[in-house]
Amino acid sequence: MTLLGQTLAVAGKDLRVEVRGRYALGAVLPFAATLLIAFGLSLGPGRTLLQQTAPGLLWLAVLFASVLAFRQTYQSEAEDGAMEGLLLAPIDKASVFLGKAAAVALELLVMEALVVPAVMAMFDLSLGDAPLVLAGAFVLGTIGLAAVGSLFGVLAESPRAREAVFPLLVFPLATPVLVAGVKAIELASTGRGGQAGSWLGLLVAFDLVVLGVGTLVFGQLLED
Amino acid sequence: MTSAERAMAALTARRGERILAALAIASLAASAILSLVVSPPGAEQGNLIRRMYVHVPAAWVAYLAFAVVFAASIAYLATRKTRWDRLAAASAEIGVLFTALTIVLGSIWAKPVWGTWWTWDPRLTTTAILLLIYVGYLAVRRLPDNPARRGRWAAVVGIVGFVDVPIVHLSVRWWRSLHQAPARLLGVPDVSPMMGAALGIGFLAFTVAYVYLMAVRLRVGRLEDRAMAEALSPRVGQPVEALMEEPARG
Repeated sequence: MTLLGQTLAVAGKDLRVEVRGRYALGAVLPFAATLLIAFGLSLGPGRTLLQQTAPGLLWLAVLFASVLAFRQTYQSEAEDGAMEGLLLAPIDKASVFLGKAAAVALELLVMEALVVPAVMAMFDLSLGDAPLVLAGAFVLGTIGLAAVGSLFGVLAESPRAREAVFPLLVFPLATPVLVAGVKAIELASTGRGGQAGSWLGLLVAFDLVVLGVGTLVFGQLLED
Repeated sequence: MTSAERAMAALTARRGERILAALAIASLAASAILSLVVSPPGAEQGNLIRRMYVHVPAAWVAYLAFAVVFAASIAYLATRKTRWDRLAAASAEIGVLFTALTIVLGSIWAKPVWGTWWTWDPRLTTTAILLLIYVGYLAVRRLPDNPARRGRWAAVVGIVGFVDVPIVHLSVRWWRSLHQAPARLLGVPDVSPMMGAALGIGFLAFTVAYVYLMAVRLRVGRLEDRAMAEALSPRVGQPVEALMEEPARG
């Protein structure tokens, strides 16, 4: 089995768990919606302010929601010795990293697709005339976020894990995703999608670096 | 033992430590005299320019310390020798200290010169994120319950964190450049040769202080590991020295 096949097998397993348990859909998505309503309430009903802050708030909601998604994907491995099974499986350890990143990226993308129309309605966010830039920003940003989360999600499942350590690691490391993702969507929604190229390039670079380094070092996190 | 290891052992012995302490105190004193008395006041900033002589060297030591964490983390994963993990841990602690110091000293300098404690300048923002990444590194070190796992986890964070910094900096720089950058941030402070000398001695003094703090922290780290190894040695039937270099797995 190639690395790609192994990755798809791990991702498929995680997605199957999600389809049967519906954790992301049942808990993570409502959480993101709650956050967006709280953001809206905290900023007041002024149309301009909401419109200006919408791209940032959207990404913040994704960032917070991703923490829950990753806790879930690694927590389910902690139960019934699932992690031991995964470790004993004759697969490359990197495929666990890549597969989990792929599965969570897909879950987050589905969530974003559901949340964006709500943000359009509630924050009066326009999608602009550059759907490719918009899609690129969401897909590339989500992949980067998923890669960081998949890499460090393992740490949250240690016996002495403290809830705060995971976001403490992921949020600062994912700064480029937040900045570039917000800027690209801001440009696209204000009809300046053509200027978003460098931001998308930055996201590509971030994704490649994290996926590359993660593939190299992930095995070190698991080995015992 | 390689020559690098011998050099490290000499520096972290009691005698080496005392020599380093004397050097650090002497160079810090020289730096204080040069920056406070000998060097002239700045043309625009007056005496406020003297705050540069502690802020900039502190920032240099912070970056140096994290580069050492990065190199030691790679060395640890490659060799699995605990001494590299101790080096990375010591350097991360001192790096966090100096990063916090950089931000605080910078704020104190910025308040009278720029009129604000904080501005979302790329370098400031990157430094704040850097501080958080390595606070996270230290938090990860407290998670695992066995030293081998702690070393591996920390090394991964030490590597990923360092590789991430240039991308973070680039993203924050572009982010800022979309807004209007305050013109006074762009001006390079007027630097005379004597100021250059004062700054150079500042760099040297802070670097020596870093090496001294490292020597102390490494000795303490070794004592911690020895205490652990001595308690463990009779139970697992392995000599103390072996346990110190490669802790029992599991």
